[in-house]
Amino acid sequence: MTEQAVFQIDQADNVATALQALVPGAAAAHGDPSQPSVAVTEEIPAGHKLALRDIAPGENIVKYGVVIGCATKEIKTGQWVHLHNMKSLYDARSSSMDVVTGAPTDTHYE
Amino acid sequence: MKEYQNVRWKGYLRQDGRKGIRNKLLVVYTVECSSHVAKEIARRIDSSDVDVVGFDGCCDNEYAVRLLLALIRHPNVGGVLAVGLGCEYVQPKHLAEKALEAGKPAQWFFVQEHGGTEPSIEYGMQQARLLLEELRQTPVVPMGFSDLVVGAECGGSDYTSGLAGNVVVGRFYDKLVDLNGTAVFEEIVEAVGLKDLLVQRAADDCAREQLAYTYDKALEYCKSVRQYSVSPGNFAGGLSSIEEKSMGAVIKSGSRPISGVIKVSQQPPKNGLWLLDSTPDPYWMGFGYTNPNDNEGLMDLISCGCQLVFLVTGRGNIVGSAVAPVYKITGNSGTFHRMSGDMDFNAGPVLSGEVTLEQLCQNLCDEVIRVCSGKPTNAEKLGHKEYFIPYKYQEKEVVVKRECE
Repeated sequence: MTEQAVFQIDQADNVATALQALVPGAAAAHGDPSQPSVAVTEEIPAGHKLALRDIAPGENIVKYGVVIGCATKEIKTGQWVHLHNMKSLYDARSSSMDVVTGAPTDTHYE
Repeated sequence: MKEYQNVRWKGYLRQDGRKGIRNKLLVVYTVECSSHVAKEIARRIDSSDVDVVGFDGCCDNEYAVRLLLALIRHPNVGGVLAVGLGCEYVQPKHLAEKALEAGKPAQWFFVQEHGGTEPSIEYGMQQARLLLEELRQTPVVPMGFSDLVVGAECGGSDYTSGLAGNVVVGRFYDKLVDLNGTAVFEEIVEAVGLKDLLVQRAADDCAREQLAYTYDKALEYCKSVRQYSVSPGNFAGGLSSIEEKSMGAVIKSGSRPISGVIKVSQQPPKNGLWLLDSTPDPYWMGFGYTNPNDNEGLMDLISCGCQLVFLVTGRGNIVGSAVAPVYKITGNSGTFHRMSGDMDFNAGPVLSGEVTLEQLCQNLCDEVIRVCSGKPTNAEKLGHKEYFIPYKYQEKEVVVKRECE
């Protein structure tokens, strides 16, 4: 099996992107990483984000060196970061989307 | 860098001084009712140098006419054949006259005055062949990066677009601007959350005002329709917020100062990096739609004079465009290999560290030189010549411009 890896864009980031589906265990950090590897603690789909350090509720989520939202729950290093534990600072609707499919849950279509 | 400064390829010189990388005959229909005749003329002539565009609407729309005229004046276009039905608002005669004013051979006719479908197709083919003959007389001159206007759009994005595909375009844009060329990026509705970052990059006070105004307008639009430019597929693919998607999109603008904001069909007033605002302006009919599809965005970029457009696509969009070659870049190596007949460039290897971003950017520069020199993109080879011209209301230029000048 190829070594699993994440991609960190900016040294200031507290999340990195999974370059393939991740399973618990070590993952190499590519890009401009603040550390050479990170311990993954749960399954994370490809393209999704992993916490590079512990993040408190209300704390900013930083990717590309810019704020992309804030934590709605406590997030531990190595955990999956997505709609279930973070939200946009602008778009009130997006954090209500289904965490796996991204489909709306707030509208009952016919 | 220095070696690119002296690179020259053959360009087609137009009366206004702009240079094209293609020399096309543009067949323009002025209403949906004459579209079949226009498309048949192009299909039967069967030349890669003949493209078709048109506006479907029978009601008047100044925006659409402005866009058709911008395409007629486009540097890749050498001649024009305008095909009307005979009762619509958009006047084919007017289009042909404007083409002639721009120094381009042009003809026009109404289907109703030429005996209906089949005789009109025959007549149109005769005219088209004569115009193609005339195109051979177009002066050919040396052209370099400082003559080039490049546009970039992303569509069918996945997580690699913001990590690799758009990143290499951003690096290329920096290089193009340093070479005194012109780069245009758009999708202001995908810049939500990044106002400070955009405004800080303004080249001067006027640009700063234009960027702030345009950003606020886009945000107001998103708020009022309670819809941000992020979809279920984006969330499923790992994006968690519009801010995250925005940054992945804006990164394709590179890092150079932003000279200002232009509107659809407006040429950049000078070389450098420009934001294209393609979103509708507030109007009595409401905002209307923004971003109806990727071809609309590509057409908007082309209307500003881009001779070449990049389409960055992680999942793999296959479209091309009329008027300008579309060069497709993916950051997803899987997509690149699975759709190798469509994708032109693989930025994926930068993610695994196999190549550096700088190396990748040089490869892209070399590819741009080849395409400008006439090498067809995959979309051109496959005959992709899509276009999309909707009804829209938009000001001719950014409204605040008058106040800050």
